[in-house]
Amino acid sequence: MNDFRYAVSDALVLAKRSLMRIPRAPDLLISFTGQPVMFVLLFAYVFGGAISTPGYSYIDFLMPGIIVQTMSFGGFITAVGLSEDLKKGLIDRFRSLPMSRSAVLAGRTLADVVTNSISITVMLVVGVIAGFSFDAPLLHIVAGILLLLLFGYAFSWVFAFVGLTASSTESAQSLGFMFIFPLTFVSSAFVPVESMPGALQTFAEVNPFTIVVDAMRSLFLGTPAGNNVWGAVAWSLGIAIVFAFLSVRRYKRAVVR
Amino acid sequence: MDAEFAIEAEGLRKSYEDVLALDGVDLRVPAGTVLGLLGPNGAGKTTAVRILTTLLPPDGGSARVAGLDVVRQASRLRSKIGLAGQYAAVDENLTGAENLEMVGRLYHLPKGEPRARAAELLERFDLSDAADRLVRTYSGGMRRRLDLAAALVAHPPVLFLDEPTTGLDPRSRLSLWETIEDRVADGTTVLLTTQYLDEADRLADRIAVIDRGHVIAEGSSDQLKDQLGGERLDVTLEDDADAEAAIAALEPIAAERPTLVDGVLQMPIQQRKGTIRAAVLRLNDANIGIEDMATRRPSLDDVFLTLTGHTAEAVDGDGPGPEGER
Repeated sequence: MNDFRYAVSDALVLAKRSLMRIPRAPDLLISFTGQPVMFVLLFAYVFGGAISTPGYSYIDFLMPGIIVQTMSFGGFITAVGLSEDLKKGLIDRFRSLPMSRSAVLAGRTLADVVTNSISITVMLVVGVIAGFSFDAPLLHIVAGILLLLLFGYAFSWVFAFVGLTASSTESAQSLGFMFIFPLTFVSSAFVPVESMPGALQTFAEVNPFTIVVDAMRSLFLGTPAGNNVWGAVAWSLGIAIVFAFLSVRRYKRAVVR
Repeated sequence: MDAEFAIEAEGLRKSYEDVLALDGVDLRVPAGTVLGLLGPNGAGKTTAVRILTTLLPPDGGSARVAGLDVVRQASRLRSKIGLAGQYAAVDENLTGAENLEMVGRLYHLPKGEPRARAAELLERFDLSDAADRLVRTYSGGMRRRLDLAAALVAHPPVLFLDEPTTGLDPRSRLSLWETIEDRVADGTTVLLTTQYLDEADRLADRIAVIDRGHVIAEGSSDQLKDQLGGERLDVTLEDDADAEAAIAALEPIAAERPTLVDGVLQMPIQQRKGTIRAAVLRLNDANIGIEDMATRRPSLDDVFLTLTGHTAEAVDGDGPGPEGER
């Protein structure tokens, strides 16, 4: 019981540490607020006119997809932070302290939930200004936001693993983007899956991003959900558990590079 | 297990892929003393520290620190050790005070204590004025002091310092040395790795010389120097042409035949007492002018050179260990 209490309090100490950094390093702030806003505006106004989304305006179609994509990248702060901590020997210090073995990772991923919340808020405000409107009961909208945060949290663990594994901060960042970026595009996030050529369409239909994006459309826009909402929750939990396990195992053996 | 040893390692072995970093290292550090682990880059110093601070499991052998096994009792041990490394492992985006408070919380000090302890340490390390400044504005010396302060937050009885003054300017080195001496005076056991012989000479009660994963010599600084035959008298002559005559005049009172090295006549001596006077008289009788004369003990540099065949700083490159790349 004591161990569990320390695991929580240690994680909170480290989450606070990660968050204190944000107002002190404004470049980071821009990357999780300015960048998503730029994407919303680019897609809505540059591609929007050329993509046909039967039944919805493009901004309504786009917002759930683009927020899901942004959530999947929110964890890069964890990857970059861990990679820096490793390089500077801070991970050595933490591992020599009598603190919980999971706290450094749990603290960072927890801090991502806060920054992801800020991203969601900023994007929704810009989306609404650009013409997005919810078409669902409040309860569904709240559930949708919680699902977004859960999905983002799962990807923070993916990035935690990447950050502990990559040989440098730069490669941690580019590794993450190289794998996740294409996955988000070959999904229902930005275009209807039916508009893709055969093989891609088959892939897009089973892509977890499609499942999560479709779940978000049903929660924000009232489209038929099918099993997508529970499927999205299951995928998120699965990704979080697998990568939390891999990351903590990796952390226990981490050494300065 | 002998309780009087704060650090006790037996037959530690560790290899990274195909590089053997430690090949059967034995260490014993009595409580309240300082062991200097001396060796070139890549000798295995940092690997030894990592094993003793629970960061790395050994491939073979065993070690106890503060009476606790570094593998089986690692989590209990962590509250009894402090580690300050060559990297100054502090968070640049926090202030000095925030860094120390964070470390205090993670040591699970009682409520309120982390803040009080942070203030106390900042004061002691002459960082009070910079307490509320972000560490990224600190100088290299200030960062090292903060790093050392972080290692002391929980009053650990055993302190590991991995090259604590590498890259510091002479003034910062001196003040860090004084701080370490204060800790030792308070009863802390210290294991210090260094490649600076003067640092080991000044701080360490005992020195273990490590090279290529082996401890190749151990003893006090004086004992190591005595292995090289003790003291010698260096004589600089007014005229180098007198060298042969001087050697002939001095040989009867020397421990070994004097030799001329770079224009200086080096005469190994048995004991200092009376020798200088005798040497002056003999050279005077031989009508040889003396420009300079000094007794000299071998430095730890000489010890190192003799033991390993290379100087401490000369060898570079490491295995995949942390010492190799900066």
